[in-house]
Amino acid sequence: MNIYLSIIYLVSTITFITGLKLLGHPETAKKGNQIAASGMGLAIVGTILLHELEVPGFIYGLIAAAIAIGAIIGYVIAVKVKMTKMPELVSLFNGFGGASAALIGLVEFGQTSGAISQVVTIVAAISIGSLTFSGSMIAWAKLNGTMWKDIRLPHYNLINNVIFLGLILFAAYIVWSGASGIIIVSLLCLIGLLYGVLLVIPIGGADMPVVISLLNSLTGIAAAITGILYDNMVMLAGGILVGSAGLILTFAMCDAMNRSLINVMFGAFGGGAVAEGDDSHAQTGGTIKKATVSDVAILMNYAARVIFVPGYGLAVAQAQHAIHELEQLLENRGIEVKYAIHPVAGRMPGHMNVLLAETNVEYDKLAEMEDVNPEFQNTDVVLVVGANDVVNPAARHDTASPIFGMPILDVDHAKQIIVNKRTMNPGYAGIDNELFYNQKTSMLFGDAKSIIQALITELKGM
Amino acid sequence: MTEIIDFIKNNLELIYILILVIFIGVEVIKHIPAVLHTPLMSGANALSGVVIVGAILVMLNADPDNYLALGLGFVAVVLGIINVVGGFAVTNRMLHMFKKKK
Repeated sequence: MNIYLSIIYLVSTITFITGLKLLGHPETAKKGNQIAASGMGLAIVGTILLHELEVPGFIYGLIAAAIAIGAIIGYVIAVKVKMTKMPELVSLFNGFGGASAALIGLVEFGQTSGAISQVVTIVAAISIGSLTFSGSMIAWAKLNGTMWKDIRLPHYNLINNVIFLGLILFAAYIVWSGASGIIIVSLLCLIGLLYGVLLVIPIGGADMPVVISLLNSLTGIAAAITGILYDNMVMLAGGILVGSAGLILTFAMCDAMNRSLINVMFGAFGGGAVAEGDDSHAQTGGTIKKATVSDVAILMNYAARVIFVPGYGLAVAQAQHAIHELEQLLENRGIEVKYAIHPVAGRMPGHMNVLLAETNVEYDKLAEMEDVNPEFQNTDVVLVVGANDVVNPAARHDTASPIFGMPILDVDHAKQIIVNKRTMNPGYAGIDNELFYNQKTSMLFGDAKSIIQALITELKGM
Repeated sequence: MTEIIDFIKNNLELIYILILVIFIGVEVIKHIPAVLHTPLMSGANALSGVVIVGAILVMLNADPDNYLALGLGFVAVVLGIINVVGGFAVTNRMLHMFKKKK
């Protein structure tokens, strides 16, 4: 390889590591992203300009055209997308990355010399790339709401595991027998696609952050494998970095839901145990207290510390701007306001933070679970909006509860708890939330956005 | 068995790099606060678009008469660059929104 190109790849790799490192702090994150992006640009330009072999001009033209088309599409999508649609976008882009790796594998399969190490990497790139692609597309469709709800075939666990095993065995067979030809490789690709679909199809709701992280990680691994194929260090390093980042987030999300990755991959994944949002409980466990908007306004007006607990229901109701306005109103009256954010709030890791940041909430007001939990006992009023299971005290002590062991926000330690939900519909299947029957809890029924706006109006009149 | 030993022998450097990069990745990312998880993920997602380098190599190495390879390579480049440009652009947009109290 051209030594200058090697140096460029080395520089790019360094920018990737530095960029990721800088992404870890709010002050430096923007710079980190830009550094990594310029490293990527460098690697792409270097690959094209410093290629050793003689290449006919029209191929350069084709490459330039492909880059121009893709860059415009990517940029337009990135500029236009709504922040609530971030999980969809990441899934979509992720799927494209996976597809790209699979296509590379397909082309190289037709040209390989048959050396074992080459065939292994090609087969791995095709399998992982294709399953990431189809899995991401299903995730995208589900998040987008264009697809039917969670589908569980009978014995889907068994079916999934059989297909997963089939994929591995078939890949091993190709390597072992040296089989080649378009039928073999298409079949491999199809099994990969099928497994990706079956993996994601039964999953929904609050389990999406785990799936998205996992798929993200897999694309990185696919990129790294193609890097091994070309003996290309920048692809290898970049891919592995993404793979580890995705895996760490996957584990973080699993922890936040008290599940193991094994359980996620091969077990009762998406069994509906954790359903967040506006789900009601099935059965009453006592009496509930209702509050009116003016009760809550008075409570807040005379509080010293207020904590908001936003769940995905807040975003569904498009109430982010309203809650920020309420926060500013209270702050202006000398009341300390914070947002307590559970790690799985939203549809991807950290999603709720982005949704609130978009409405100009300062990021130091967004408190993480471990930091904010000790503070609840000194808090006068907690307002829970569109969150449910992440504030259910049953997770701490009720061993029979499906969410037992899941880390939760200890809102029941606060002096007063206000829970905003649309209805208390008892016919809906879900988990009973004992928080609603707590002596200190008052229910405030209604659409999050209009309720918060009514609160603001009420407070302004005081 | 000998094949595995041979593979290790021939790719020792690669294996070292692989393991070291895994550790670097874990260490660099481990302490990122939850506030930044989404930008981290979309930034990392953009990085996984590095696969485009391979897609470009497919096209550069393709026989000019091999339209199948060129066509698949073309699609791979388009998809890869969407991932790269879109990913970095949207991460940048998101990070613009994170503000601290003055």
